[in-house]
Amino acid sequence: MIDVNAIRKDFPILSRQVYGNPLIYLDNAATSQKPNSVIRALTEYYEGYNSNIHRGVHSLSMEATDRYEEARRKCANFIGSPSPEELILLRNTTEAINLVAQSWAQNNVGPGDEILTTHMEHHSNLVPWQKVVQDKGATLKFIPLTADHSLDLSDLDKLLTSRTKLVALNHMSNVLGSINPVKELGEAAHRVGARILIDGAQSVPHLKVDVKDLDCDFMAFSGHKMLAPTGIGALYVKQEILEGMEPFLRGGEMVRQVWDDHATWNDLPLRFEAGTPNIADTIAFGVAIDYLESIGMDNVREHEISITEYALNAFQELEEVKVFGPRDMNYRGGIISFYAGDVHPHDVGTMLDRKGIAIRTGHHCAMPLMNRLSVPATARASFYIYNTEEEVDMLVDTLKATLRYFTKA
Amino acid sequence: MSTQSSDFADVDDLYQEIILDHYRSPRNQEKLAESDLEAEGVNPFCGDEVAIHVKLTDGIVTAVSFKGIGCSISQASASILTDAIKGKTLNESEALYLHFRDMMYGRSSLDDSVDHLGEVEALAGVKKFPIRVKCALLAWTTLEDAIKKYASDEAVK
Repeated sequence: MIDVNAIRKDFPILSRQVYGNPLIYLDNAATSQKPNSVIRALTEYYEGYNSNIHRGVHSLSMEATDRYEEARRKCANFIGSPSPEELILLRNTTEAINLVAQSWAQNNVGPGDEILTTHMEHHSNLVPWQKVVQDKGATLKFIPLTADHSLDLSDLDKLLTSRTKLVALNHMSNVLGSINPVKELGEAAHRVGARILIDGAQSVPHLKVDVKDLDCDFMAFSGHKMLAPTGIGALYVKQEILEGMEPFLRGGEMVRQVWDDHATWNDLPLRFEAGTPNIADTIAFGVAIDYLESIGMDNVREHEISITEYALNAFQELEEVKVFGPRDMNYRGGIISFYAGDVHPHDVGTMLDRKGIAIRTGHHCAMPLMNRLSVPATARASFYIYNTEEEVDMLVDTLKATLRYFTKA
Repeated sequence: MSTQSSDFADVDDLYQEIILDHYRSPRNQEKLAESDLEAEGVNPFCGDEVAIHVKLTDGIVTAVSFKGIGCSISQASASILTDAIKGKTLNESEALYLHFRDMMYGRSSLDDSVDHLGEVEALAGVKKFPIRVKCALLAWTTLEDAIKKYASDEAVK
């Protein structure tokens, strides 16, 4: 087990108050808080060796380049990438998926082809594919949901055809918390010659992910949901695919030689990192990974299983409240979306906020899923390494008080 | 005056008893058989929806209905609106909207033709919760859309 109290001391924000109450931060699926070491890495860079990377011959530039490339190695290693050259650093999961849509799908999906996705995607893993199929005269197909909102794979053989070029889905739903069978889907996709893209935004921060073991072709994730600053994310692409991909953005850094009328491309992965990158936040991303590895991802997962199970049990006391997502913790991460009957999620959110409890309310960038859950919005509590059972108790007690407040005639 | 009390800081200013009453028992839900003005409003940020229908008789609002889904503030505000504009002309309804909008944004209204807000006053506390102001305004901006649409249709007649 992890020492939550010791961990909490590393996160300065957890000692602040909101309306006179200690902050209870349960919006980790939106973004995580940052430990001291990550915050310090930013100041150390700006105070100690701020400079542009890769082409400088002076000491500062070499130090910054080393730290930047060290962060890339940590990041690649963290997800089991065979080499750092297969890891592209960019802004976030959304940008990563858009890169695949533009630099790969636009050249590998043609008229009559199909892209297979699901009804539980974040808009960032849906809207880019809508554009690709529109541009290319292809079709977007969906793996349907079962009555309890997990993926219905019973007709997978019919959904995956020789026309399927890509299967794009999330590893963990940002609404339901469900962990999807991405490895099995990858094998099925490869059997018909399709590629698989995994949106790892919710999984990589919370469980051990190994791209070799999953044998996935693309894996996208964001740093800010795993203790790193905002504005830095990563895309893993299998080398054989990356070699044949068109550049995403064009300009400095991504070129080898430039003439008046044409240019040649830099080595991988710099070919996909045009312009001065987000140096400070990348270095801090490396430090965030150090922090997670010092805890151990198996321990992170174990803590989240324990606290989520505790919360799901506590929620059973709230009869009016409907909880979405699988009950079996083998197939669920630390995300609980719920709907409090007569009390709208935004009213729930406002009431909890007044007690210092931060949760997310709304459609969670998953409007098609909201339609299928038959709700306009949900309230969502999501956990991380620093959350405690006492915080869950406060959440449940405050929910009870909220329900009483709105329903008493 | 609110009869609620709670230990949630300031929350009674937002959820006045009048608001909770309109939320629990919304008025004027039955859709009008025929209407002269109608519009639908959506707040994409939170998914709140409101549709408003208005019937005029000799230039006076004689019947109003609304249908919607959303939070207590958006739905109570719509319900309060339907009562508030009954018996008013469209000009007076619009003046009420503008006055209400200024109130929500914490601006003093230049229009002193609105001297009695009635139940609309209960929504004043929402301005302390800036993120919820758009909830309170949804029905009113929808009404404004309906009035504008009506005016432009009338102009081409």
